[in-house]
Amino acid sequence: MKNPWLIIRFQKPPVSFWLDGRLPKVLLILTLSLLLVIIISLVQGEYYIAPLEVVKTLLRLDTNSDAQFIINTLRLPRTLVALLVGVGLAIAGCIMQTITRNPLADPSIIGINAGAGLTAVLFIVIFPNLPIALLPISAFVGGLLVAGAIYLVAWQGENSVIRLVLVGIGFNFMVFAITNIIVTFGNINSVSQALVWLTGSVYGKTNAQVLILLPWIMIFMIIAWIMSKELNSLNLGENLSIGLGLPLGKVQLMLLITSVALSSASVAIAGTIGFVGLVAPHMARFLVGNTHQGLIPVTGLMGGLLVVGADVMGRWLFSPTELPCGIVTAIIGAPYFLFLLTKSR
Amino acid sequence: MRTKQRSKKTSFSLIIPFTIALLVLGLSFFGSLILGVADISLADLYDAFYNFDNSTEHLIIRTLRLPRAIVAVMVGGALAMAGCLMQGITRNPLADPGILGINSGAALAVVSASLFFRDGNLTTFALFAFLGAGISAIAVYFFASRSKQGLSPLSLTLAGAAITVFTSSLTSGILIINQRTLEEIRFWLAGAIAGRDIQLVTQILPYFIVGFILALALSRQISILSLGEETAKGLGQNTLLIKLLAMVAVILLAGASVAIAGPVGFIGLIMPHGVRLLVGNDYRWILPFSLVGGAILLLNADIIARLIIQPQEVPVGLILPILGAPFFIYLIRWKTITR
Repeated sequence: MKNPWLIIRFQKPPVSFWLDGRLPKVLLILTLSLLLVIIISLVQGEYYIAPLEVVKTLLRLDTNSDAQFIINTLRLPRTLVALLVGVGLAIAGCIMQTITRNPLADPSIIGINAGAGLTAVLFIVIFPNLPIALLPISAFVGGLLVAGAIYLVAWQGENSVIRLVLVGIGFNFMVFAITNIIVTFGNINSVSQALVWLTGSVYGKTNAQVLILLPWIMIFMIIAWIMSKELNSLNLGENLSIGLGLPLGKVQLMLLITSVALSSASVAIAGTIGFVGLVAPHMARFLVGNTHQGLIPVTGLMGGLLVVGADVMGRWLFSPTELPCGIVTAIIGAPYFLFLLTKSR
Repeated sequence: MRTKQRSKKTSFSLIIPFTIALLVLGLSFFGSLILGVADISLADLYDAFYNFDNSTEHLIIRTLRLPRAIVAVMVGGALAMAGCLMQGITRNPLADPGILGINSGAALAVVSASLFFRDGNLTTFALFAFLGAGISAIAVYFFASRSKQGLSPLSLTLAGAAITVFTSSLTSGILIINQRTLEEIRFWLAGAIAGRDIQLVTQILPYFIVGFILALALSRQISILSLGEETAKGLGQNTLLIKLLAMVAVILLAGASVAIAGPVGFIGLIMPHGVRLLVGNDYRWILPFSLVGGAILLLNADIIARLIIQPQEVPVGLILPILGAPFFIYLIRWKTITR
């Protein structure tokens, strides 16, 4: 056999599953690539810092104050935000694709990210004095509202999946236009902040933002992983899942909330970075198959790799001008979406 | 036979509604001239054309309001007709030059052109807009026809959404790299019909007129084509030729609209549906009604856009999705478009 399965069995809790035999290799390669891209991200910039020096600074062996400042307060937070956002968006997309059983579902296409964006912009422009730590929560509410609206409008009767994507595109148009109107008329300082944010960028992120994002992503990532078993059964289709004794409505709701929480928190901090939730799960599925115990970590790593990579590319392509990483992911992701569309025969 | 008789009967009964539509168009045009931040009285309006004396009010009417209203009529009418033609030839009720990526393709081409031609005039930009519209249309058609369901509403919409995201990201990328272009083009990109001077309008007018005439000339053939490709072929129609000509008309209408007003979406989606409710399925009526209806819609959306947050103005391209997207959702949800 080409890909031997890894069979994992626990006595307590009584859980067992098969994983693709390629999993350890894939995890190792992805982790190494991610570390490499992170180092590149820390090395690269107007002020070049040699890789060795970067490593030394990170391990606090070197006390060159310039390098320390540039890395610890400028480049490291930016890179970490990119990493967390990538992980969050990718896992959110993975969950969304499994619940809807639609390979083209992605929170950025069906308007959930736009909803999170709208409330985040409202928060930034209209209530600039509220503590910034509330930003992910406000975005979460926006994402949840749009998700709820889509669910109410689209999820009825058979074929709701196709309708869901189309209805989502409709909501995306509308919410985005409302956001744009607020951006056009808000106070100019908060608006320029909001504009950078709208294109999806990790420029100028601070350690404070890393600390806001970290718990959200960690907690919901772990929830997603714990619910792997349920996700696996959803893969078999709704009827079979009910037959297996899954409380379908409750599980779908829980997973939807997890997905919205992951994507909204990412959107709140870094703006609308599109297509990561679409591309990363597909690549991960291609590498390690459909078992979520393995798929979720691989998807997360892939997402981190994509966003950190997009940020590095965006800085390097036209330096000294920076392209926000949201533009880079869209330019790469949209053709991939078209490719998937033509391939899904 | 029966359909022919019925269409003859409706031909006459629709003359009155069409006259009413023209009257509404006249009223909207009139409203567009007098409503706005600056108060214009009816006397001012009359004098501006017959006793012009260089006063502020007269200048506002002749150099700002009038070109703006004319642009609204041309662009609104053109986009509605383009949507009609697209819905007719693809038999896709969700077709619209904005949703299917044609407008954003044209916008990308215009922004790229402004990189290379520093002092490009509108004619140059219009040619690029046609080019961009054409390439986007072909790309959407190509990808959608290769998907599982063929040219279904779903695959066309998805391909269109992807092309829209792709082209508009490239557009933002170009604008970020090139600040000068951004200054010139930022307002245009949101889709706006304000601040176009009358010379620009006359430069672009020929394209609109050719597009309008071509579309109207095709109306009978589109009616037949909208019955289905097989039926149309059975009736002896050269469907490929008709589709190509219709695409040329769409590209002229949408491209010219983008060149002068930026990417304005959703008119082409809403209008044909509304018109069909009124006049049935005969494109000989749908197309002229859409022309008038689209003009009315854009004139009024533009009036809303300038009144809603005075003294500032919302680009009208942002008003239309807010009006149009719920309609889009309605079509999907309640019209069982998706099989």
